[in-house]
Amino acid sequence: MGRFVIKRLAGMVAVLFAISVIVFLIFNVIPGADPAQRMAGKNATPQLVAAIEEEWGFDEPLPAQYVKTMGLIFSGDLISYSTQLEVDEQIVEGIPATLSLSVGAAVLWLFFGVLFGYLSATRGGRLTDRMLTGFAVLGISIPSFVLAATVLYYLTYKIELFPASEYVPLTEDPLDWAYHLILPWITLAILYVGIYSRVLRSNMRDVMNEDHVRTARAKGLPERQVRVRHVLRNSLIPVVTLFGLDFGAVIAGQALLVETVFSLHGVGQYALESIAKLDLPPIMAVSMYGAFFVVLFNTVVDIAYAGLDPRVRVREGAR
Amino acid sequence: MEGRSPWYFAYRRLRSNRVAITALALFAAIVVFVLAAPLWADWVAETGPNETHTVEKIEVGGETREVVEVDGTPIGPVWLGAGGKFFLGADGRLGRDEMVRLMYGGRTTLLIGIGSALISVGLAVLLALLAGYHRGWVDTVISRALDLLWAFPVLLLAIALGSSLAVGGLDLGPISISGGSLWVPILVISLVYTTYIARPLRGEVLALREREFVEAAIAGGAGPLRVMFGELLPNLWSKIIVFFPLAAAFNMLLESALSFVGAGVQPPNSSWGTMISAGFQLLYTAPLLTILPGAMITLTALSLNLLGDALRDALDPKSKVELEAHTGSFEPEGEVL
Repeated sequence: MGRFVIKRLAGMVAVLFAISVIVFLIFNVIPGADPAQRMAGKNATPQLVAAIEEEWGFDEPLPAQYVKTMGLIFSGDLISYSTQLEVDEQIVEGIPATLSLSVGAAVLWLFFGVLFGYLSATRGGRLTDRMLTGFAVLGISIPSFVLAATVLYYLTYKIELFPASEYVPLTEDPLDWAYHLILPWITLAILYVGIYSRVLRSNMRDVMNEDHVRTARAKGLPERQVRVRHVLRNSLIPVVTLFGLDFGAVIAGQALLVETVFSLHGVGQYALESIAKLDLPPIMAVSMYGAFFVVLFNTVVDIAYAGLDPRVRVREGAR
Repeated sequence: MEGRSPWYFAYRRLRSNRVAITALALFAAIVVFVLAAPLWADWVAETGPNETHTVEKIEVGGETREVVEVDGTPIGPVWLGAGGKFFLGADGRLGRDEMVRLMYGGRTTLLIGIGSALISVGLAVLLALLAGYHRGWVDTVISRALDLLWAFPVLLLAIALGSSLAVGGLDLGPISISGGSLWVPILVISLVYTTYIARPLRGEVLALREREFVEAAIAGGAGPLRVMFGELLPNLWSKIIVFFPLAAAFNMLLESALSFVGAGVQPPNSSWGTMISAGFQLLYTAPLLTILPGAMITLTALSLNLLGDALRDALDPKSKVELEAHTGSFEPEGEVL
């Protein structure tokens, strides 16, 4: 296990470094125009551009530039030149909203995904299977922000069923926090429920035919216990893997879009406002931190997973 | 039974799949819809996608109405009330014809989706063939690069590239692209999506490479190009055909997300994504401006995803490339960097 963890961590450090290089290349090196000019934003004075050129080291060789840029990002000194606000501060302010949305939605989609998957595997026939498949395909075909805008219009404006959003901090009023987040949670979760139920259903169908399940039945365990302890538990492994990958991707993807539509003032909305002004420093920081978060999260999931399932360690160790 | 090619059987399976036929018909209808844009614009609506009608009035069933009211509210759908003009109403303060814009915007979205799918599939096949054929260090370099792109969240990478290139354009030797060009979203999307096709294809090529017919070809004196394109590629076609509609669907959705946040299609071009983005500003006064382009994207992606699913069932029943692969977490064989 120790060796696996060390190997995995070393791999993670390599990926983090490579990601930082990619971000550096994307923002500082590849594009056609003068980098200092681009960083400065639309209405920059020549003095500002000159100052940026100095601070970011755009006249120095690339490795030195890289070091200076990373220094700026990770010391928290990065500022947006159009708004004069500190980028890190703005991002940190947005994290609670983005995280609340993602975690809540994840709980919902796991719960209902497992519930529907279990029910359709044990009780459902062709029809439920088709419905789940249809639901899953729809989930990957509808843009999250379109769904969000549609429910926002119909459920908070047409019928005033939910509050027009805005984020209420959890520490301020937990009930109001949840009340304001219910609609965003459902919107985000609904995209994934179909997919998860379908995965669980097909896994359960496979596991049901395995020998150990027959043995469990043969020794007289009640059917319910066979289904939950022997079938469901073993079928959850792929769902957990999938979740480990999706959760990070959702935080750094769909959540940013949905959160913006419901104006929860999270990281995504900050990024989006910056993109609208083509204000590059915040976009740079958000992409970097987002990618870092996903890589870190995936590493943690992998290690936890290897702790739970020895087969993973062996397979990975052999490589 | 007579000797029939596997393609024939795949075709028969596809033809008897009602979902596949419906999906194909839906997609064909959408293509006809966007191709008919100039016809509708010239003959029915008598206006272009970017022509403004801010202070004009139209006759709807004998009653005169303003295209844009004084408070800036655009006219809603009038259907055929004005002889096809403003069929779906106007698009906002500028009073452009929503139906015409929807048809022209769809052209951009379909162009980007299909164009970037072509590029990413082509690039992925090339990388997979190179990595799988040469193995060794070539494979290591290519797979590490793909793993890296895979580890980067799709939307963030696309936003980073899209917004950076939108500001400065691209200037790489002979290739020079301005920031507002449609090539920017096409290239960005094809680049970020390539890894999701190349990784499973590479595994496939590696497996094929071990087979006797490849050894036989090499023993018979075939060079690398002959083996890659003459022996290995024909065995990949069924997978490629399955990937293509799925890639096009995913890429259209990515285009709409990018354009929605402002890092995709740049003005004066417009796509369904930019239309949603603009419509969203008027969500409470004219919700259709968000819902209509959104519904068009959903229908298009839905038809392509269903088609891809059906193609997989027909061509490649044993394939492991599953629907869930599209949630952004394509993990073909439990491979982790």
